[in-house]
Amino acid sequence: MHVLKLIFRNSLRHKLRTILTVLGVTIAILSFGLLRTVISAWYAGVEASSASRLVTRNAVSLVFPLPLSYKEKIRQIEGVKSVSYGSWFGGIYIDEKNFFANYALEAEHYLDIYPEFIIPPEQKAAFLHDRKAAVAGKKLADKYGWKIGDIITLRGTIYPGNWEFVLKAIYKGRDNTVDETAFFFHWAYLNEMMKKIAPQRADQVGWYMVEVKNPEQAAEVAVRIDQTFKNSLAETLTETEKAFQLGFISMTEAIVIAIKLVSFVVILIIMAVVANTMAMTARERIGEYAVFKTLGFGGFHVSGLIFGESMFITMTGTVLGILLTFPAAKIFASELSTYFPIFIIEPETLYMDVAAGLVVALMAGLFPAWRAINIRIADGLRRIG
Amino acid sequence: MNSENNIVEIRNLSKSYHRGSLILPVLNNISLDIKEGEFLALMGPSGSGKTTLLNLIAGIDKADSGSIKVKSVEITTLSESELAEWRASNVGFIFQFYNLIPVLTAFENVELPLLLSKLSKKERREHVEMALKVVNLSDRMDHRPGQLSGGQQQRVAIARAIVTDPAILVADEPTGDLDRTSAEDILNLMEQLVVELNKTIIMVTHDPRAAKKAHHIKFLDKGILNARPQIDL
Ligand SMILES: Nc1ncnc2c1ncn2[C@@H]1O[C@H](COP(=O)(O)OP(=O)(O)OP(=O)(O)O)[C@@H](O)[C@H]1O
Ligand SMILES: [Mg+2]
Repeated sequence: MHVLKLIFRNSLRHKLRTILTVLGVTIAILSFGLLRTVISAWYAGVEASSASRLVTRNAVSLVFPLPLSYKEKIRQIEGVKSVSYGSWFGGIYIDEKNFFANYALEAEHYLDIYPEFIIPPEQKAAFLHDRKAAVAGKKLADKYGWKIGDIITLRGTIYPGNWEFVLKAIYKGRDNTVDETAFFFHWAYLNEMMKKIAPQRADQVGWYMVEVKNPEQAAEVAVRIDQTFKNSLAETLTETEKAFQLGFISMTEAIVIAIKLVSFVVILIIMAVVANTMAMTARERIGEYAVFKTLGFGGFHVSGLIFGESMFITMTGTVLGILLTFPAAKIFASELSTYFPIFIIEPETLYMDVAAGLVVALMAGLFPAWRAINIRIADGLRRIG
Repeated sequence: MNSENNIVEIRNLSKSYHRGSLILPVLNNISLDIKEGEFLALMGPSGSGKTTLLNLIAGIDKADSGSIKVKSVEITTLSESELAEWRASNVGFIFQFYNLIPVLTAFENVELPLLLSKLSKKERREHVEMALKVVNLSDRMDHRPGQLSGGQQQRVAIARAIVTDPAILVADEPTGDLDRTSAEDILNLMEQLVVELNKTIIMVTHDPRAAKKAHHIKFLDKGILNARPQIDL
């Protein structure tokens, strides 16, 4: 109790210096936490993906379609439970900056394969019975104030023209890792229109979504699917949903690595700042430490005072930084919801915050403690006066 | 030599400092006996090695050669940690600049050396109150050093030095930073410790008035101890 009191009072001897250092740590931990959350938001789609789902796409590239005729063939492959498909629509709502994911789906099976999309049964039925119907995620609907029954017009980019949909259902995520900002409608409607305006593009799908009977056999099933279409006009590439999502992310991996790097640089900088504070502090008190040692206190006690103070300053800043991360992330989440549909602070991020704080405190105290332990008492005492 | 009531016995003590390739001899084959209950003043010109000798006796510096026995314990062979433990229970320190911990109250400063003992909180309080009573500062227990005069701070320091009831008290120019009245107060207090409580005090001083209070005076010059000053002080 005496020691804690001493550490606490020592910390407040240079109030301005301590406050500025704590503030620095707070800002560093806040930035670190937000950057780590951006990274986990980036990987959110991967984390949310299921092990029992496979994505089959054109082996050449995602931009090339696959024939609709593959559906039956895939369905007959051993280990496949259910098959659905979809196409990226890429429509624009009023203005280009209103970006959100929108695609055409074979809804009946797709919704079975995706139990994490929760739709009230009557809305689901209404959606399935109307060929021009569409479904929007709750966050997306909230953002644009859409209600059931609203007509929503998307300007096609890949598929020309203005497309009108009736919002028949709003889905919620099963938990907070599910993206609630997507928009989808019936693939059959898209295909019907294509038959009229661009028949050569009809009966083509962007990807197949395959549910396997047993997740442990997902890899084998994937190989079987790809082998089935080997040497055909459109060879396939089948991956687990996770690998598929990772493939998306790998295109932006450089950015993720840069963000990771910056997050660690922030910690390095604050380490230097706290180390500087602790070096100044310990230098001023070298005479006092000599007095402690004169009275019979050992290096253990003296370094305890130094590490304690380093810990106190850093952990105060860390706690404040963590507390501020939550409101800051909330603002981030609402401002950037279309880019980061899932923006939640992972427990791992908090653990890393605390770990970063501990490392900073230890590193900052190391040199001053080493000096205080090793200085000869007689030399330390001569510094006073 | 009757070592029965010698509390400190120094034999052939030498110490030199190294500055790069230079060797600076400070103490040269010094022998000295100090009796229990003695009040000894060490005088000598600046740089003559008084502080060095005091530090060696108090176990905060290492000699090159020679022996120092305090209460029959040979301290020159003790390890760093053994010395620390030994100091905590055998030596009380009084410094020129008081060396109190500024963020602790008078009470807490005096309590500091007791934190290394096995005393209970209640026992510690009793000891601290007793020590502060001896130095006549019972009414200033909750003041921090910054709120006390120089003389009062030195009295707190003396209370801290005696609270563990050590075998010897070492004082390095205890009045060096004080005005004349405060200095006299402190000297009277130290004399009282010797006379009434039978403490042994070794005091380094430049002040002839301070030295006069002591029972004996030794003069250190050019590494050698003398009973008389080599030059007029
Ligand atoms: N750590 C050290 N390294 C090198 N030389 C030292 C060291 N400490 C002391 N000295 C030298 O040793 C000599 C004796 O120093 P000491 O402090 O013991 O003298 P002193 O008699 O106490 O002087 P003063 O009256 O000024 O306090 C001085 O010349 C001093 O410069
Ligand atoms: Mg000196």
